[in-house]
Amino acid sequence: MFGVFWCILTRDLTLALRRGTDVLTTLFFFVIVVSLFPLGVGTEREVLEELGPGVVWVAALLASMLALERLFAADYEDGTLEQMLLTFQPLSLLVLAKIAAHWLLTGLPLVLIAPLVGMQYHLSDTAIWVMMLALLIGTPVLSLIGAIGAALTLGLRGGGILLSLLILPLYIPVLVYGAGAVTVSRIEFTDTQPYFALLAAFLLVALVFAPVAASAALKISLE
Amino acid sequence: MALNWFRFASPAAFYPLAGRLIPLFWVLTVLALALGLYWGFFETADRLGGGNPQKEYYRIIFIHVPSAWMSMWLYVVMVSWAAIGLVFNTRLSFMMAKAIAPTGAIFTFLALWTGAFWGRPSWGTYWDWDPRLTSELALFFMYIGYIALHSAIDDARRADRASALLAIVGLVMVPVIFWSINCPDPNQCAALHQRSNLTTIEGNILFAMLTMTFAFWMYSFATSLMRLRSIILMRESESLWVRELATIGGRA
Repeated sequence: MFGVFWCILTRDLTLALRRGTDVLTTLFFFVIVVSLFPLGVGTEREVLEELGPGVVWVAALLASMLALERLFAADYEDGTLEQMLLTFQPLSLLVLAKIAAHWLLTGLPLVLIAPLVGMQYHLSDTAIWVMMLALLIGTPVLSLIGAIGAALTLGLRGGGILLSLLILPLYIPVLVYGAGAVTVSRIEFTDTQPYFALLAAFLLVALVFAPVAASAALKISLE
Repeated sequence: MALNWFRFASPAAFYPLAGRLIPLFWVLTVLALALGLYWGFFETADRLGGGNPQKEYYRIIFIHVPSAWMSMWLYVVMVSWAAIGLVFNTRLSFMMAKAIAPTGAIFTFLALWTGAFWGRPSWGTYWDWDPRLTSELALFFMYIGYIALHSAIDDARRADRASALLAIVGLVMVPVIFWSINCPDPNQCAALHQRSNLTTIEGNILFAMLTMTFAFWMYSFATSLMRLRSIILMRESESLWVRELATIGGRA
């Protein structure tokens, strides 16, 4: 069981790292979106501090969503995906491995770059730590939910824009509590723990149900 | 005679039945609309009391509340048909789900629109990120997503099943989304919770509201069945009975 998981994970990571630009594209998309906002709304310190958490989270949502299109696309085109459907291994486990690899390549870099973009918005050290932790728990949820949409829109024309229509409304809870945690951490004597508890709860529920739903969607798309 | 539960699961059998039911639903719609609107306009108080008295414009609730209810119920009905389709593999159930979606989306839009028009005189703004309006907006996006996915897939079978799965995932997510919008701060959730109670509403207002809700239900039945008949004809255009229908030119 875990052998298969590990095999798919290392395979996807190796494939992606051989074409490193794909990883960098998502990362730089995130950085560019975040950097464009101050140019649009003005560079006053107070405004940026106020907007920072929300902007960073919306940018993370968009970045992870844009990367989703590639989650199954390559395997679909060269027929690997069909072979995966035919194996004896549970499909949801294979899907989970693909999602994990996808998150390591597109979600984790966002978490690591967060301090840098946090500084652009004059966020305090505490807020930056909270943001990193929130992104660390929240971005896997984005990848997990997004995988369902990616599987449903597999091989459709205009798949990317359609995917955003399907998936972005489902990202609302993560956005609300992810950005909420950072906003609250700017005020002294407030408790961020409930936010993390909720985000972690989303992560656990998504870990259980999203791979199953995504593999059901793959079966529908490939039949 | 044994009762055949799946008799009307066949599009050919359901098509004439829907044709007979549609006029009935339209009649009920018109009657209930006339009664509900009359009662709402002429048998209810001109202003509601309280610290901030609401004048005539409060009557927009006779459209606003029933359409908001319908928007949520129709989503559940749509998902139920989609789920039945996935379980029993009945084509008609998927068609039903597809036929309901636009009506649901229209009611959601109507709830948003009337909410904005009510908000202008009472809050002084068309849009206030009120939790209820924001949740309606999220629901509207989900209807749009369903319709968009269905129309993006050419193969009818895949379109049906894919959008059914999306709708079910949506239904699972809807409470979480509504809850997160209603309670963005988990530290002080109880204070934000909105409560309303049907029994505390004044009798005439309640009657008008429920009559309008009934009218909207009948309207949903009528329009969904009309749309369903068109979908059946399009999907079954190759089958014998549709061709006979076309050559004879009969309406039944």
